[in-house]
Amino acid sequence: MSDKLFRIFLFIAACLIPIICGGIIYALVTDAYESFEHFGFLNFIFSSEWDYTEGNEQYGALPFIVGTMMTTFLALLFCIPFSLPVALFVGEYFKGTPVAAILSTVTDLLAGIPSIIYGLWGFFTLRPIIMALDISPEGSSILTASMVLSIMIIPYAASLSAEFIKMVPADLKEGAYSLGATRFEVIRKIVFPVAGSGIFSSYILAIGRALGETMTVTMLIGNTNQIPDGITATGNSMASIIANQFGEADGLKLSSLIAIGLILFLITAVINMIGKIMIKRARIS
Amino acid sequence: MIMNDMKILQRLYTDKIFKIAVCLFAALTAIPLFAILGEVLIKGYSQLSWSFFTEPTPTAYKAMQAVAAGEPIPGGIANGIIGSVIMLGMATVVAVPIGILCGVYLAENSKKRFAIIVSYITDLLQGTPSVIIGIITYVWVVVPMKGYSAIAGSVALFIMMLPLIIRSTEETVKILPASLKEAGLALGGNNARVTLKVILPSAFGGIFTGILLAVSRVIGETAPLMFTALGCSFIRWDIDKPISAVPLLIWEFFNDPNLQELIWGASLFLLIFVLSLNLTAKYFAKKWNS
Amino acid sequence: MELVNPILEFKKTCVSYSKQTMAVKYVSAAIERNTITAIMGPSGCGKSTLLRAANLMHALYPNIRVDGEILLNGQNILSMEPIEVRRKIGMVFQRPTPFPTMSIYDNVLAGYSLNGIRLSKSERNEIVEKCLRNVALWDEVKDVLNKKGTFLSGGQQQRLCIARALAMKPEVLLMDEPTSALDPIATKHIEDLILELQKDVTILIVTHNMGQAKRISSRSMFMYLGDLVEYDDTEKMFSNPTDERTRAYLTGKMG
Repeated sequence: MSDKLFRIFLFIAACLIPIICGGIIYALVTDAYESFEHFGFLNFIFSSEWDYTEGNEQYGALPFIVGTMMTTFLALLFCIPFSLPVALFVGEYFKGTPVAAILSTVTDLLAGIPSIIYGLWGFFTLRPIIMALDISPEGSSILTASMVLSIMIIPYAASLSAEFIKMVPADLKEGAYSLGATRFEVIRKIVFPVAGSGIFSSYILAIGRALGETMTVTMLIGNTNQIPDGITATGNSMASIIANQFGEADGLKLSSLIAIGLILFLITAVINMIGKIMIKRARIS
Repeated sequence: MIMNDMKILQRLYTDKIFKIAVCLFAALTAIPLFAILGEVLIKGYSQLSWSFFTEPTPTAYKAMQAVAAGEPIPGGIANGIIGSVIMLGMATVVAVPIGILCGVYLAENSKKRFAIIVSYITDLLQGTPSVIIGIITYVWVVVPMKGYSAIAGSVALFIMMLPLIIRSTEETVKILPASLKEAGLALGGNNARVTLKVILPSAFGGIFTGILLAVSRVIGETAPLMFTALGCSFIRWDIDKPISAVPLLIWEFFNDPNLQELIWGASLFLLIFVLSLNLTAKYFAKKWNS
Repeated sequence: MELVNPILEFKKTCVSYSKQTMAVKYVSAAIERNTITAIMGPSGCGKSTLLRAANLMHALYPNIRVDGEILLNGQNILSMEPIEVRRKIGMVFQRPTPFPTMSIYDNVLAGYSLNGIRLSKSERNEIVEKCLRNVALWDEVKDVLNKKGTFLSGGQQQRLCIARALAMKPEVLLMDEPTSALDPIATKHIEDLILELQKDVTILIVTHNMGQAKRISSRSMFMYLGDLVEYDDTEKMFSNPTDERTRAYLTGKMG
C-alpha cells in the first residue's frame, strides 16, 4: 500500500470522531429546538412542571436537574470514605504487594458489573433493607439510588487516586520520615497535598460517571416527576426520565426529553473536560 | 519528659488507628462485589439448564401457566444471546479497524493541533452517558429507517466502543520504543508497511486487551439498546428488524411480574460473561507487559 | 585514634536486604561528639545503607533487617520508636527534597508541623530566622519566605533541607552524599557550612568524593563490600593507610 493512501486512511478515521461528536450535538440541538422554542430556554430549565395531558402539555427540566444533582452529590459523599482508603491501601500502604493487586482486581471487577445488575441488586437486596429500617416507605428513593451509585463510582475514583498517590516521590516521603513523622502524618501533610490535585481530578471524573448513570438510577429512584423534597423522597434524574419515557414519547414530549438529553450531555462534557485537563496538569507537575 | 512520652504514644496510636481504618474500609469495598456475585449465583444457578440457552423467552401466558402449576418457567434467553452476538459482532467488526486507524493517527501525530483536538473529543465521547448515545442513534438510525432494528442497536454499541479502542491503541502504540519504527524504516519499508507489519503486531497485546475491555463494557449496556434494538420475544436473524439482547431481556423480566423468575439466570449468564472477559483482559495485559 | 566523648556507637551492626545478601557486615565503630566523620567507599559498599540504618530508615521497608546495636548516648536506638529517634538524629539526603507544597518558611518548620507541635508566631519566626542564618541562607531568602521552596537553586534547596533538619535540634546529623547533585560552587558553600555546624552538632557524612572527606572531616571510615575496613583520623588515613584496600581506593586504583 502506498504511503499516501495509508495516511489518508488514518486521517479519515481520525476525522470520524469529530464528525460523530458534531453529529451528536447537531442532532440534539435540532431535535431539542422545538421544546426550547415552545417553552423558552430558561423557562424550560427552571420550570418544574411535567404534565403530558394532551392540550395542556407542560415540560420543565428542573426536577430532573435537581434529582441528578442530588444523586450525584450523595453518591460522591458516600463514595469518598471507601475510595480514599482503597487508594491509600493500593497506592501507599501495600504498594506493589499481592494484597494490593487483589484489591485492585476486586475494584476493577466492580467497575465491570453492568449497571442493570447493580440495579437488580439494589432493588432486591438494598431496597428491602431501606424499607425495613423505615427510611422510606417504598424503599425507592434518591438515597437508595445514591447508595448503589456510590458503589459504582468507587472503582473510578479509587484507581485514579491510587495512581497519583503512587507517584508521590519516595525521597519526599523519606525526607518527612527523617524529621520524625509517623506514616499518618506523612500521608496527611505530604502525600495528600502533593497528590491533591490529581486526587481531586479523579473525583471530578467520578462525578462525570455518576451524572449519566442510567439503569441503576431508573430502577431505584422511584420515578416521580417533581422536585424531591428530601433525600428519602422519590424523584427522577435526567438520565432516568429519558430511560423511562423516551420509548412512548413523540412530538413536544420527545423534543423535551431530547432537550434534557442535551443539557445532560453538556453538563457531563464540561465536567469531564475539567477533569481531564486537571489530570493532565497534575501528571505534568 | 512524661508529657513528651504521652504525646509520642498518642501519635503512634493515631497512626495505628488510621492504618486499621484504611484497611477496614478498603476491605469493606469488596463486600458489594461478593454480595452481588453471591446473590446472582444463588438465585440464578437453579435456572441454568441446556434449554435456558437454546430456547427463546416464553410468553407471559405460558409463564403464568407454569407458575400456577408450580413448574419452573419454560424457555430461556436464546433470543437475547443471539441478538447480543449479532449486534456486538457488527459493532466490533466496524469499530476495531476504524478505532485502530484512528488510534495510530493520534499516536503518530501527537503534536499536531488536529490530533490534540481529536484526542479531547475522544475523551468527550467516552464520557458521554450511554442513554444519550441511545437518543442519538434513535434520531440517526431508527427514525430514517422507520423502525427499531439490530442495525440501530449495533450503531449505538459501535459509538460506545470506538473511543475505548482508540484510547487503548493510542496508548499502546505511544509506548512502543521509537527504535522499533526506525529499525523498520531503516530496512527500507515505507511508513505504511512499517506500521502494518511492525508497529501493529508489536502493539497487538495492548490493542487486543483494549478490544476485550471495550466489548465487556458495552455488552451489559441496556439504556442505548432500549431505544434502538427494542427487543423481540423470538429468535431472529434479520438485522433490519427489532432484536433482543441479554441486558434487554433482564430489563423485560424486571418489568414483567410473570417473568421475574428468569431475571437471575439471565443476570448470572451476563455477569459471568462480563467478569470473565474482564479477567481475561487483565491477564493478557499482564502477560503482554512482562 | 582517640575517642574522648563518643555520642553514636555502632556495635556489630549488620544490615541485610534478604537472607542471602548482607549489605553491611558487623560494623563496629564509635563516633566522637561534635566532630565530622566521613564514610567513604566505592558505590555498593554499604556506606549509605549504614547511614540510613542510623536514622532507622530501614523500618519503612519490611524486607530490610538490621541486627546488632546502634547506641545513641548509650541507648540502643534499634529498640526505640523510630519517630523518637529521628528527632534526635536528623538526616539530609543526596537529592534536595524541599516539600513542594510548602513555602520556604513552612519547609523550615516542617518537622514541627509534621509532628503536630504547635508553636507561637514569635517562636516560629525565631526558629526560621536562626536556622536559615545557620545555613547562610537567610540573606538570600528573607524577602521571599512565602515562596515555594522548589523555586530555589539546587544548592539553596539543599541548604534549606539542612536548615529543616537543624530546626529539630538534632544531636547527630547524618548526610548522605549531600553535594553529589550540586555544582562545585554550591558544593563549596555546603562544605563551609558543614565545618561551621560541627560546634553544635555531630556530623556523619557519606561521600564518594575523597577530596571532600579530606577537606572537612577529622575522622574517616573506609568501607568495602559491606565491611568497615579502616577507621582512623582523616589525616592519618590519607597519609598512611594501614589496609591495602584503603590504599588502593585512596590512590585511585579502585572504585
